[in-house]
Amino acid sequence: MSAAIEIPYVSTERPDTGLYNARLGVWLFLASEVMLFGALFSTYVLLRTGSETWPSGAQVLNIPLATLNTFVLIGSSVTMVMSWAALQMKNFARFRLFLGLTLLCGLIFLVAKGFEYHEHIAHGELPGSSTFFAIYFVMTGLHGLHVIGGLIVNGYLWGPGAKMWQTDPARFTNRIEVAGLYWHFVDLVWIFLFPTLYLLPGK
Amino acid sequence: MIHGDTMSAHGSESGHKQTKIYKIVGAVLFAATVATVAAAEWHHLGIALGIFVAVFIATFKGSLVAGYFMHLFAERKMIYWVLALTAFFFVAMMALILWTRGDQQGQPHGIFTAPQETTQPHRD
Repeated sequence: MSAAIEIPYVSTERPDTGLYNARLGVWLFLASEVMLFGALFSTYVLLRTGSETWPSGAQVLNIPLATLNTFVLIGSSVTMVMSWAALQMKNFARFRLFLGLTLLCGLIFLVAKGFEYHEHIAHGELPGSSTFFAIYFVMTGLHGLHVIGGLIVNGYLWGPGAKMWQTDPARFTNRIEVAGLYWHFVDLVWIFLFPTLYLLPGK
Repeated sequence: MIHGDTMSAHGSESGHKQTKIYKIVGAVLFAATVATVAAAEWHHLGIALGIFVAVFIATFKGSLVAGYFMHLFAERKMIYWVLALTAFFFVAMMALILWTRGDQQGQPHGIFTAPQETTQPHRD
């Protein structure tokens, strides 16, 4: 004999916080992520201000490719929130289309990043080459890992995880919402990484 | 579509309004990206103003993403408390960094330059 224990507030909101479990959990996780990337941004500030010379992004990085990637990632954020809105309107086909487009944008971002890394490696510009490239590879590499993580989660929710829509649509809609929160955060980090690493003038 | 046929007229109307807002915010984000790149190309700004403009536009874009896409403009009070605590620690961390930097003023070759070896006067 087995007794199933039902976890409360997976799709309904707690009366005291007004939040369901996953939404509070993801926001707490994102708070820790702010500190992680914040530490790297502060490292960048310290390294840049403490160095005698610093290259401008235009001299050593591929600005057009990074600009394209910015458009792609912003586009993916729009499609992500549209996929959630489609579920709110109970339109599953539209949800599939928009989440599929989000996945496609994420893949395009990674491929472009791959080209950019290949270009640097071919020119012998490695993390050990200079302080600038050390912080560049750490920050963009960590961000890239976050994109990969988001693609895995979104890929699961687009594929096998979407079965939940038939059994518990409210909970599935919540899952898409919290996956979206994470994805938008990844976009937000790039919004600050792009000007910081690529566009700021050198000294 | 699995559950698509029972949508109420009111829900549909509100949903379409919402998606329209998302599209407008997306368009503003694209325009702001163009403005960021254009400002960086305009070299008359100088270093300090160039950094200010880049950070200002990035903050504006970040606010739009957090406010509209992450629904932070209409979030529960508890999330605001979580984020306020995060902001406090983030500002404290940045302040420590700037404080460290301020402590190293007056070193013209940067704080990471190894100090030159000094020779002590030789005593007989």
